[in-house]
Amino acid sequence: MTVLCLIETEAGGGAADASMRALVVARGLADSAGEDLAAVWVGPAEAIDPAGLVSAGVSSAWAIGSAGMSGYAPLAWARALSGLAADLPGLPGRVGPERGPVSAVVAAATDHGNEVFAHLGAITGLPMAASCVSAARMSPTECSLVRQRWAGSLLEDAVLEAPLALLTVAADAIPADAVAADPASASAAGLRVEHYEPLLADGDLLVLASESAERRSGVSLASARVVVGGGRGVGGPEGFAVLEELAGLLGAAVGVSRVVTSEGWRPHRQQVGQTGTKITPELYLACGISGAIQHMAGCQGAKTIVAINTDSGAPIVAKADYAVIGDLHEVLPALIEALKAR
Amino acid sequence: MEICVCVKRVPMVGGAIMVTPDGLDIDVTMSGFTVSPHEECAVEEAVQITERLGGSVAVLTLGPTEAAGQLRDMLALGASRGILLQTDGAEWGPVATAAAITDAVVGGGSGESAGYDLLLFGNEAADTGGYQVPVRVAHALGLPCLTGIKRLEIVGGDGDADGGRRIVASREYRGTEEVFEVPLPAVVSVKEGINLPRYPSLPGRLRAKRATIETIEPHPRPESDGLRKVGLRVPESTSTGAQVLGSGADAVPALVGLLDDLGVLS
Repeated sequence: MTVLCLIETEAGGGAADASMRALVVARGLADSAGEDLAAVWVGPAEAIDPAGLVSAGVSSAWAIGSAGMSGYAPLAWARALSGLAADLPGLPGRVGPERGPVSAVVAAATDHGNEVFAHLGAITGLPMAASCVSAARMSPTECSLVRQRWAGSLLEDAVLEAPLALLTVAADAIPADAVAADPASASAAGLRVEHYEPLLADGDLLVLASESAERRSGVSLASARVVVGGGRGVGGPEGFAVLEELAGLLGAAVGVSRVVTSEGWRPHRQQVGQTGTKITPELYLACGISGAIQHMAGCQGAKTIVAINTDSGAPIVAKADYAVIGDLHEVLPALIEALKAR
Repeated sequence: MEICVCVKRVPMVGGAIMVTPDGLDIDVTMSGFTVSPHEECAVEEAVQITERLGGSVAVLTLGPTEAAGQLRDMLALGASRGILLQTDGAEWGPVATAAAITDAVVGGGSGESAGYDLLLFGNEAADTGGYQVPVRVAHALGLPCLTGIKRLEIVGGDGDADGGRRIVASREYRGTEEVFEVPLPAVVSVKEGINLPRYPSLPGRLRAKRATIETIEPHPRPESDGLRKVGLRVPESTSTGAQVLGSGADAVPALVGLLDDLGVLS
């Protein structure tokens, strides 16, 4: 039997970080039943470096391609995955009347991953568990899993009852350290990438994304290594200049709390939190942010949190790793000066 | 434009989430209730569309008797019909919820779209975060589905060569703007940020208070939805409180040292 994991590709090529984190949970699920782990992506075979997949435990790989699938098409992607899951060609496995050769399909719980898997659930008539943080096989038709509710402020222990388990993985809950870090040491020689031509149905390409030509300049919040965050303490729209300057020096993205976007100080796409973006940087520098539960749900995936806050009793100070007690408008200019002097 | 917006009553969560002693639900004895934030934006979007193009907005929810309160909140924003699929308050899974919504929508008219040009949802419920009800409803009704939408426009019209109104919608994904165009009727889920919901007006609130909520009894909840909840728990905090580096600008040397140690100053 095989656990199949969907790998998203970055615009610049290569596997998305969120997908590599999803592979950690997919591998845990496969290992729990002594099953194989296969990777699948939409696009050319050479889009993903096989060495990284091999070091993540992948033993076979499939590249889905078809004439019409030139852009992101959620229903077509789901159709292709359901086809592949039903008749994984060439893979050894018990093919019974009830179960195909695939025991589970896994993806990162990104906008794309959750959307494709919702379609996959609807196509197959099976349940789908979103935002899982771990999963293990209990029986041929049951997986025990832990999944996020309230964007991770609460955890649910659950049993997924289905002949084919469909689950997405909350990437922010999987530490970067868990992703096999040394692809160079793995031999990619054993991994042959097979082509899979999906059989699409009428209307599967009706919803097809076209990408506007211009990419937003600057660092993407979801994949930034460093995020400089600003909250109510920034004081107003003009107060963000100092955060922007620091972000420029650190190669960081600027993130904000919900109050900042509902006040209209910054655009909503910069919001970190349950209703915004979930971030997984090495460092989150949270400036003038109190640390409400809905904000912490978005930044709990940060490896290190440093809070700058005038109030030593603010919730974020209890949840951060390090804190500077003081006014961000005093601390940040001094920090910028110190960094420029280096 | 006839629009139906599906909303969910969820607890208002402030500082911390508490779990009930049996570990199966969250403790709501001290909390108020609200509509999931994405869905409040969906209602605002629907009201704005009908203000531009005419038509009316129905809001629908599956929940206990008390969920009529959330329907009234949405009526106060400008929706004109409130439809309650009344339950005993037990938690419904996404498969059963989608089936109940589909039944109710089809019951409200004839044909695949049942008289609605647009079914709007929030991208995901704030509490259970299942990310699938809109897609399952779209499949059941045979309609195209867009999710996570942050900008929505209705284009074309009855006299249009392309055969009527269409949706042009977009969302941001990893720094790229993804644009979709589909014909109506369609199912669309939106995210917070698509608009800033208005505050209800006094006349709106009075109208909502007097409005009749249409109550429908859905088919009984199935025993299993495929995903069986065993228990809920608050994640254990690994943090023991921050190490304070100092106060004000005096802390900057220590802060620079920390950033250096973390390897982010390369």
